[in-house]
Amino acid sequence: MTEVMVRKAEVKALEGDKAVTEAMRQINPDIVAAYPVTPQTEIVMEFSQFVAEGLVDTEFIPVESEFAAMSSCVGASCAGARAMSATCGPGLELMWENLWVASGLRCPIVMAVVNRSHAAPLNILTDQTDMMGSRDTGWVQIYAENHQEVYDNFIQAVRIAEHPDILLPIMSGHAGFVLGHTLGRVEVLPDEVVRNFVGEYKPLYSLLDIDHPKTFGAYDHWDYFFEHRRQVFEAINNALRVIPEIGQEYGKISGRYYGLVEPYRLDDADVVIMIIGSGAGACREAVDEMREKGTKAGMLKVRCFRPFPAEEVVKALKDKKAVAVMDRCACFGAEGSPLFTETCAAFFNRGLRMKLIDYFYGLGGRDTVPSEFCDIFRELSQIAETGEIKPPLVRYLAVRE
Amino acid sequence: MAQLKRDPIGIRWHGRGGQGAVTASKILAEAGKSEDKYFLGLPDYGAERAGAAMRSFTTVSTKPIRALCEIAEPDAVVVLDSTLLDEVNVVAGLKEDGVLVINTTESPANIRSKLGYKGRIYAVDATSISIKNLGKNIPNIPMLGALARAVEVVSKENLVKMIRESLGGKFKEAVVEGNVKAFEKAYETAQAG
Repeated sequence: MTEVMVRKAEVKALEGDKAVTEAMRQINPDIVAAYPVTPQTEIVMEFSQFVAEGLVDTEFIPVESEFAAMSSCVGASCAGARAMSATCGPGLELMWENLWVASGLRCPIVMAVVNRSHAAPLNILTDQTDMMGSRDTGWVQIYAENHQEVYDNFIQAVRIAEHPDILLPIMSGHAGFVLGHTLGRVEVLPDEVVRNFVGEYKPLYSLLDIDHPKTFGAYDHWDYFFEHRRQVFEAINNALRVIPEIGQEYGKISGRYYGLVEPYRLDDADVVIMIIGSGAGACREAVDEMREKGTKAGMLKVRCFRPFPAEEVVKALKDKKAVAVMDRCACFGAEGSPLFTETCAAFFNRGLRMKLIDYFYGLGGRDTVPSEFCDIFRELSQIAETGEIKPPLVRYLAVRE
Repeated sequence: MAQLKRDPIGIRWHGRGGQGAVTASKILAEAGKSEDKYFLGLPDYGAERAGAAMRSFTTVSTKPIRALCEIAEPDAVVVLDSTLLDEVNVVAGLKEDGVLVINTTESPANIRSKLGYKGRIYAVDATSISIKNLGKNIPNIPMLGALARAVEVVSKENLVKMIRESLGGKFKEAVVEGNVKAFEKAYETAQAG
């Protein structure tokens, strides 16, 4: 069965943004509400074209802003519709208030986030500050490394969000331009395989279910607000169990299996780079290059950042001699980057001490090449050898001083 | 002269906004699909402006392409506009046993003396070819023809097929066929030195 499905996949040349719209077309959601913003514009352009051509049954809502996009998604989701959106950088910021409404109302909205930096200085290129900045809004967050994962993640996102133990919105992130506007190879599953996988959306509660009237979005006093918040804490953590389950199920129809994290040449590695998203490919090249030179290098890719897969991270890294944590975001004023501080907390809470260093890298679209990852591996080897981390603990990769 | 063949092969494109370097780099990448290869067409986007210097990258390989970044040491460089030579080091990182393909009325020897590049150089007057066949200066497809003469990324037949398929979705048949003619003319008239 699996073999047959895999063989039926069609190889297409797609930009990352169009890998999203291809998945969206196959999923055929009830509504899409989105506002165009570089470098997400192609998603809105192409998907609204699909709607105009009648390739989908979706109602496309051409909203006046991202705030309205998320308001529309929340309304539609409460009404019982499968609702989707797409945005990036400043667009995500404009949705801010409604991000919390979406998670608080337990709306399983699926949104592509084409990762873009925040102004100022004005910049349209990629980093993950947008999603990292909204990491605590109660949305599940997964990131893609390559074109294939952009497509695969978006399809799985539907099942993750709508899982009865989760019922939360999800952001499926991919790098603006680097993935969004570059052309890559994507194996596209047959339409009916995708439609069977995502299934029909059957909402637990619906505004339009007039036989069972319910209240949505009512005021919540101190008497129950906390209990409702508590449910979101629980629900998002359920994704730690559900995401790998759905990743396995997806593997059966595609031949590509997904989890919370993905190791690369990690088993016998001494020195490891931990990374999220599109930079992982160049890091893999560096791992291979260092291995050829005799360094036991490895990589741990974090696919899911919210909820944070602390258990998997600790399990993968606890025996390693030195680890560099790479974070492509500008979140200011903390002890280190979001990925770094989460990782530190995960080890501390399990009574473990690790040699960890933190790198901010690639902000505003700055390219990070394999040789730069090789330099980091060399530094990690030195730390592993001497047991000493020379300050500073938090560094900036390839930045003019 | 034998065509350059590499696996993987990396190509850097230099052009000015509006000349179609991004389109050409993506057509070449997508052509890899016809031979069941992996491919990546990666433009270096800025805030797009007509006439500004820009670059794009094409990689085609029999193995998955992992690094989503600029190609530091390309096997071939294509220059769509020779006025770029005054402002950009177009041969930076270009392998010495690689190929430079340039749109110019000058000879390969003259270009060599200007750039000091030791590898093979192909010169072609893609601007004249474009004006003659398309009525305007959009030298991207003729430069793809000159590149196809110098380097075999995919077979010429598969490349022409991809040009027809790709441009066919956007332009009238006359424009598509004009481009194919320009491709063939540049393929024939590119001078190696």
